[in-house]
Amino acid sequence: MKDRFNLYKFASPATFYPLAGALIPYFAAVSVVFGLAGLYLGMLVAPTDFQQGEGYRIIFIHVPASWMSMFIYLVMAFWAAIGLAFNTRLSGMMAQALAPTGALMAFLSLWTGALWGKPMWGAWWVWDARLTSELILLFLYIGYMALTAAIDDPRRSDKAGGLLLLVGVVNVPIIYFSVKWWNTLHQGSSINMGKSSMAETMLWGMLLMAMCFWMYSIAVALMRVRTIMLERERHTDWVKAELSGEGK
Amino acid sequence: MKSRHKKLALIGGALAIIGIIAALVLNALNSNIALYISPTDVAAGKAPQGQLFRIGGLVKEGSLTREADGVTMRFIVTDTDKDLTVNYKGILPDLFKEGKGVVAQGKLTETGTFAATEVLAKHDENYMPPEAAKAVGDAANRAADKKAAAANAPAATEKPKAGY
Repeated sequence: MKDRFNLYKFASPATFYPLAGALIPYFAAVSVVFGLAGLYLGMLVAPTDFQQGEGYRIIFIHVPASWMSMFIYLVMAFWAAIGLAFNTRLSGMMAQALAPTGALMAFLSLWTGALWGKPMWGAWWVWDARLTSELILLFLYIGYMALTAAIDDPRRSDKAGGLLLLVGVVNVPIIYFSVKWWNTLHQGSSINMGKSSMAETMLWGMLLMAMCFWMYSIAVALMRVRTIMLERERHTDWVKAELSGEGK
Repeated sequence: MKSRHKKLALIGGALAIIGIIAALVLNALNSNIALYISPTDVAAGKAPQGQLFRIGGLVKEGSLTREADGVTMRFIVTDTDKDLTVNYKGILPDLFKEGKGVVAQGKLTETGTFAATEVLAKHDENYMPPEAAKAVGDAANRAADKKAAAANAPAATEKPKAGY
C-alpha cells in the first residue's frame, strides 16, 4: 500500500498544511501573471466598444468577479456535501476558508455592477432578477460566515454551515439563468455554449482576468485554511511541532 | 449500502427536493419577478390600472420627438408586434437610442399612452469595436435589401432583434 499514491493522505490536516504552504507562492505568482496580461489586453489592447465607449472596460473586473462569486459558492457547497457525507475534517475548513473570498467577489460584482449601471442604464440599482439574486448570494455568504462564527464547536459549526450552503446552492443556477428566464434590465450572457458575442481581444482579456481571480482565490483560500487548521488542531502534536519550528 | 453512501444519497435527494420547490415557487412568482412587461401585454390588458409598472422593448426607429422645451419627449416602444407611445419629461440615459432597448417606469394614461417617470436604457450583450459594428450593420442592410428585392416589397422588413 505504501507505493500507491493516496489522495486521502491529503485529507489529513497534518499533511495538507505543508502542501498548501508550498502551493501558495505558485498560485499567487500565476495570478499576478494572468492579472498583468489580462489588464494589458483589457485596458490597452482591447478596442473601444461601439455603443458603450470606454465605459465597458469595467467588464474586466465585473464579469470575473461575478463568475468567481458563483463558482466559489459551488465549491463551498461541494465541500459541504463531502463533509456531511464522509465526515472529513478538512472539508469544513475548506468551506470556511473560501467564504470571505466568495463574499468579496459577490460584493465586487454588485459594486462594479452599480458603477457600470449608472452611466449605461441610468440607474445604480434595479430590482431585476439578476441583481436581486446576486444580492441574495452575498447575503448567503454573510449568513454562512455569521452562522459558523456563532457556533463554537467546529464540528457543529461545519454541519450547520454546510446545511445552509447546500440549501442556498439553488440560488446559483437562478443567478446564472435569470437573464434567460425573466425580463431583466441586465443584458444576456455574452458567452453561450462556447460562442461569444464579444470581440476576440475583449474576450481574451476577460478570460485572463477570470484566471487571475481564480488563482488569487485559491491562493488566499489556502492561506486562510492554514490558519484555520492551526487554530482548530492547536492541541495536536503536529501543530505544536509546527509552531515550535520542528515541523520544517 | 455504506452509511456514507446513504448520507450522500440523502443529500442528493434533499437537494433535488429543494430544487423542485424553488422551481415551483419561482414559477408561481413568474409575473412578479419580471422587471417589465411588453407592449403586447399592455395591449392585452395585462397592465395594472392606475399603478406604476415598467414596460420594456425597443425604441421604434424615427419615433423620438422632442418638445420645444428640450426635456419633454415622446417616443414609441415596440416589441415589433405592438407599439406603445411613451411621454417622458427628464434626462435620457446616454445609451438611449432609436432601435435599441429601453425600460420605462410609469403609468398608463386615459388616452392609452404611457406617462413615464423613469427611463432606463437596456443595452445588449454584444461588445465589438465600432468598425465591426458598422460592418455588421452594413451586412444586415445588404441582406435586408436583397431580401426586399427578392420579395419585390417596397420596404425592408424589420428583423426582430434578440436580447432587448
